[in-house]
Amino acid sequence: MSRINEEQVKYVANLARLSFTDQEIKTFTTQLDDIIGFAEQLNELDTQGVEPTTHVLDMYNVMREDVVEPSLPREEALKNAPVQEDGQVKVPLIMEAD
Amino acid sequence: MSNFETVIGLEVHVELKTKTKAFCGCANQFGAEPNTNTCPICLGHPGVLPILNHEAVDYAIKAALALNCEVARETKFDRKNYFYPDNPKAYQISQFDQPIGRNGYIEIEVEGKKKRIGVHRLHLEEDAGKLSHLEDGSGSLVDFNRVGTPLIEIVSEADMRDPKEAYAYLEKLKAIMQYIDVSDVKMEEGSLRCDANISIRPFGQTTFGTKTELKNLNSFTFVEKGLAYEEMRQERVLLSGGEVVQETRRYNDATKTTTVMRGKEGSDDYRYFPEPDIIKLKIDQEWIDRIQAEIPELPDARQKRYVEELGLPEYDAMVLTQTKTMSDFFQAAVAEGADAKLVSNWLMGEVSAYLNSNYKTIDQVPMTAQGLAKLVQLIEKGTISSKIAKKVFKDLIEKGGDPEEIVKAKGLVQISDEGALRDMLAPILEANKQSMIDYKNGKDRALGFLVGQVMKQTHGKANPKMVNKIILDEVNKL
Repeated sequence: MSRINEEQVKYVANLARLSFTDQEIKTFTTQLDDIIGFAEQLNELDTQGVEPTTHVLDMYNVMREDVVEPSLPREEALKNAPVQEDGQVKVPLIMEAD
Repeated sequence: MSNFETVIGLEVHVELKTKTKAFCGCANQFGAEPNTNTCPICLGHPGVLPILNHEAVDYAIKAALALNCEVARETKFDRKNYFYPDNPKAYQISQFDQPIGRNGYIEIEVEGKKKRIGVHRLHLEEDAGKLSHLEDGSGSLVDFNRVGTPLIEIVSEADMRDPKEAYAYLEKLKAIMQYIDVSDVKMEEGSLRCDANISIRPFGQTTFGTKTELKNLNSFTFVEKGLAYEEMRQERVLLSGGEVVQETRRYNDATKTTTVMRGKEGSDDYRYFPEPDIIKLKIDQEWIDRIQAEIPELPDARQKRYVEELGLPEYDAMVLTQTKTMSDFFQAAVAEGADAKLVSNWLMGEVSAYLNSNYKTIDQVPMTAQGLAKLVQLIEKGTISSKIAKKVFKDLIEKGGDPEEIVKAKGLVQISDEGALRDMLAPILEANKQSMIDYKNGKDRALGFLVGQVMKQTHGKANPKMVNKIILDEVNKL
């Protein structure tokens, strides 16, 4: 039984701002379906009465004090940005994105 | 009279003024050179480990308590996934189903009517970077300094029924944040931002109408104006047989209208899941008690005290407590022994007029609370007239200093010595004998003229009460 269809893959791809060929969509649909199918084995476990886990570490209140630490030099911070202007990263014009 | 009831809910983002960002040690600082306060953690490099800022949690708890919220005993953080250039991680660390605060309220007052507006939830999250769009249309520039700044998002219940209530809610919320000192709450610097949801429905209907969301609300006035326009627009749509479309609209102050930004339906899918990098929080009673003890007297309590203990009118008490700086100044002046109502009159009158026209706040002028208290006392004692006081005030608020010194230096002491006054008045009255006679014959206005002549020739220094008395004496002798 197919759990994932091509529409779902296209939807997720759109959310991630990725575009694929029809062939890639087909491949990913099969692969995602396999992965979900594998994970679905977990459903065989009886979890009645087991508290849902929100974090794998059973710890609480790990925090840092509000103390300033050095930041990166600007050149270092921007090193990976392909286009820069006035010490900022330049990106295609973004206005009222859909 | 409209047949529709308006329903408004507000979503407010408040940037917390911690020294560092929410999850890394970069400075949290407005106005720094672009991209100078970043590190691998806030830039979202692979393999980094964000750690929660303790102070940010303290501030969020403080805000939750000040807004009368129940504080979560156990809470966690979640990932909100979205792609946008202001967000290098492609997700925001936020709180989804376990906000730090729930079920609070804010007390507002509009046109003398008090009302309680519910606070649905308050949660802690991180801010995004700042985008500026280049005028030539060639692209947008990204400054990541703001990425990771701790924010609290405060979502109201849909309890407001009028744009004026929305305005009052924002004023009060801002005041409370200022009093508890967790944020600069400056809309012009983006440390307070507001989105508004509004719908209308026929009176008596219990379900909500379709809402629109307003953005680009850069001041409280814009919020009120934008909502008022939207109220009218939705009513027109419904009355002409149309349907309100759920969408995000932008307020444009130049045209005083709202225009559609984007259809909202189906566009948001944030795929929240528990944030694996941040450890859960347990907030015990001891922690809550410690924060509760840090909360100072809030505006509502001060307002009540000003009325009950200082005898101020409700209106004065409300205006004076709107900002903590003004309220603190008032209290300091009263503590110097000046009459509360007189201090209030000065603050709400001359002082506010000066501050408004100079775009300043009370803590940005050289005048001290001691200075204003002394000025008020000089008037009370009769050392100077209220007319002279206005001259002294101008010096005081612009240059600071001691009003007594200003009065002495300028020779402005009021003349209240009766003998001296009689000597001074004699020639003036003599020269205006006709007015004296006119007054005696029932022409009331003549008295004002005579007093005016005296004030002019004594440069306002004559004690007006005594001048009146002397003139009446002299008239009776005629």
